[in-house]
Amino acid sequence: MAVLLEVKNLETQFKTEAGLVKAVDGISYHINEHEIVGVVGESGCGKSVSQLSVLQLIPSPPGKIAGGEVWFEGKDLLKYAANGSKMRGIRGSKISIIFQEPMTSLNPVMSINQQLSEAMQLHLGLNKADARKRAIELLKMVGIPAAEGRIDDYPHQFSGGMRQRVMIAMGLSCNPKLIIADEPTTALDVTTQAVLLKLMKDMVNRLNTSLVLVTHNLGVVARYAKRIYVMYAGRIVESGTTEDIFAHPRHPYTIGLLKCVPRLDGDRNRKLVPIKGLPPNLVCMPPNCAFLPRCPYHIEQCKKEPWPPLTTVRDKHEAACLVHLEDKDLEINAN
Amino acid sequence: MKSTQTNALLDVKHLKLYFPVTRGILRKQVAEVKAVDDVSFNVDAGETMGLVGESGCGKTTVGRGILRLCEPTSGEVFFEGQDILKLSKEKMRKLRRKMSLIFQDPYGSLDPRQSAGNIVGELLTIHHMVKSKSEYNERIQQLFRQVGLDPAMTARVPHEFSGGQRQRLGIARALACEPSLIICDEPISALDVSIQAQIINLLKELQHGIKGLTYLFIAHDLSVVRHISDRIAVMYLGHVVEITDSDTLYRNPLHPYTRALLSAVPIADPFVEKNREHILLKGEVPSPLNPPSGCAFHPRCTEAIPECSKVTPRLEDVGNRHEVACIRVKA
Repeated sequence: MAVLLEVKNLETQFKTEAGLVKAVDGISYHINEHEIVGVVGESGCGKSVSQLSVLQLIPSPPGKIAGGEVWFEGKDLLKYAANGSKMRGIRGSKISIIFQEPMTSLNPVMSINQQLSEAMQLHLGLNKADARKRAIELLKMVGIPAAEGRIDDYPHQFSGGMRQRVMIAMGLSCNPKLIIADEPTTALDVTTQAVLLKLMKDMVNRLNTSLVLVTHNLGVVARYAKRIYVMYAGRIVESGTTEDIFAHPRHPYTIGLLKCVPRLDGDRNRKLVPIKGLPPNLVCMPPNCAFLPRCPYHIEQCKKEPWPPLTTVRDKHEAACLVHLEDKDLEINAN
Repeated sequence: MKSTQTNALLDVKHLKLYFPVTRGILRKQVAEVKAVDDVSFNVDAGETMGLVGESGCGKTTVGRGILRLCEPTSGEVFFEGQDILKLSKEKMRKLRRKMSLIFQDPYGSLDPRQSAGNIVGELLTIHHMVKSKSEYNERIQQLFRQVGLDPAMTARVPHEFSGGQRQRLGIARALACEPSLIICDEPISALDVSIQAQIINLLKELQHGIKGLTYLFIAHDLSVVRHISDRIAVMYLGHVVEITDSDTLYRNPLHPYTRALLSAVPIADPFVEKNREHILLKGEVPSPLNPPSGCAFHPRCTEAIPECSKVTPRLEDVGNRHEVACIRVKA
């Protein structure tokens, strides 16, 4: 499998009144061709900011991409000017993004046709009539009934699920190599979520693209992703195949996440084990592991050493932890 | 026939809540939204009843109707044996001491300018639950400890608390008047997953500690509802389509909607997910302004027969307090 996107030591910072916030603190990851990768973490862990940084969509000021490289098709995207023609040629064309809020990410005063055609006229050089024809095809593909009649409607005439379908159609419109979906179904009901994620999965298979699924929902990644990156406080703390992460988690944060969510098929008498304390304040980060104050497994060494880098624990499975946990330490299957 | 439970703390019978749709300067009623349409269920003392459904199914309105925060159109709500819909406003206000509410949004539901102690204690004064200032302070400290907050924080204002702590504050407020029923309306959906577990555990512990404390737990997250509830009612478009205990709901769901809803919830286990059947519903939830005839679910149902569009199914007991509203399910 060829690597499609490779991110190296990406750092994104925000200047705030309270101080400098390192929202993304030196992360490295890669996305292969034709695969679905999940990026998981709680709010404020930097999962969205890292994805926006890849496309240079960070508002500056206050934000700034402080360092790193984003390699895509042999070019470092961070070398391009954020609003230059080269970056614009990538954004929405080769790499597209689907945002969380279908309510606010569509323009309320433009018809669906205008919004869908705009990108295709720009990137694919289609004329108005051809773009419209393709827009109708796309709407049909994402399952909007009577697409011909609805193409001239405005966003407010669509329901939440339908709007997100339009967003997906827009994301697919220019045959991207990579789609970044930032919490694409969080605002939607579960039955709609199931339909739309299935749709996205089918599209990825059919159109040979890759998909980055940014979510806080462990169930969603378990169902759809092939590989997972777990983020905490701006860093990747664990990465591996979905099977490895769920069956043999090695970072205490991942273990904590798995233990604290109730499962639909679980034993109702199993007591949930919440993660102690709160996520760290990103303004004043400790020099050592950011998860240390909440970690039930920590050892003396953790207090002395800086935040450990990702190290290989098994084949294609990495964790950033000094404690070498084994399956028997987890008791995740207990009760 | 439905058995008339004598130990039911709350017994909702044929509750209907319609909102008028008006037009013009004379505000002539042109239509009505049937937000809750003939909902019946009962909750035993000390039990947790889950109410699940997707957005717009009327689950929150049922909760508000029971508290008479929205006046029901018709029906009966028996609370501790008396029909509270017949009570005068004054009597209802006094009775609300025994029924409280935990809100979804821990940011919007706390007065930003009131101190934490005052937020929790206000009800104590209103309902004359304490006789002296010292008793008042003591009770607040006790409530803070009960929900896992430091009693030294009573003088703080809400913005000094984290989301999870704010929700604890909301729970302390709900507990202040020693209610027998707490309606929890999406109490954890605004919180991060690691914090959600803390609140779920707290609610469960409180119920263990306080005899007879009953929850009506309204939420859209089926995994959470199943974890916390003894029994669950599933709602669709203003109707209850299935009521059963939490284990049966997962093992043997009978209504086609319940089955679709369950299969749509992803389980955080890739090995389980590989072998699961994923039912995908076609279409969208119809508008409650113009609901389908017969069974409200029939246009999206995979098992619908022509009769489904004509007959409105009633909730029927198929044994072991398992009730289903579907003409295709036979007892």
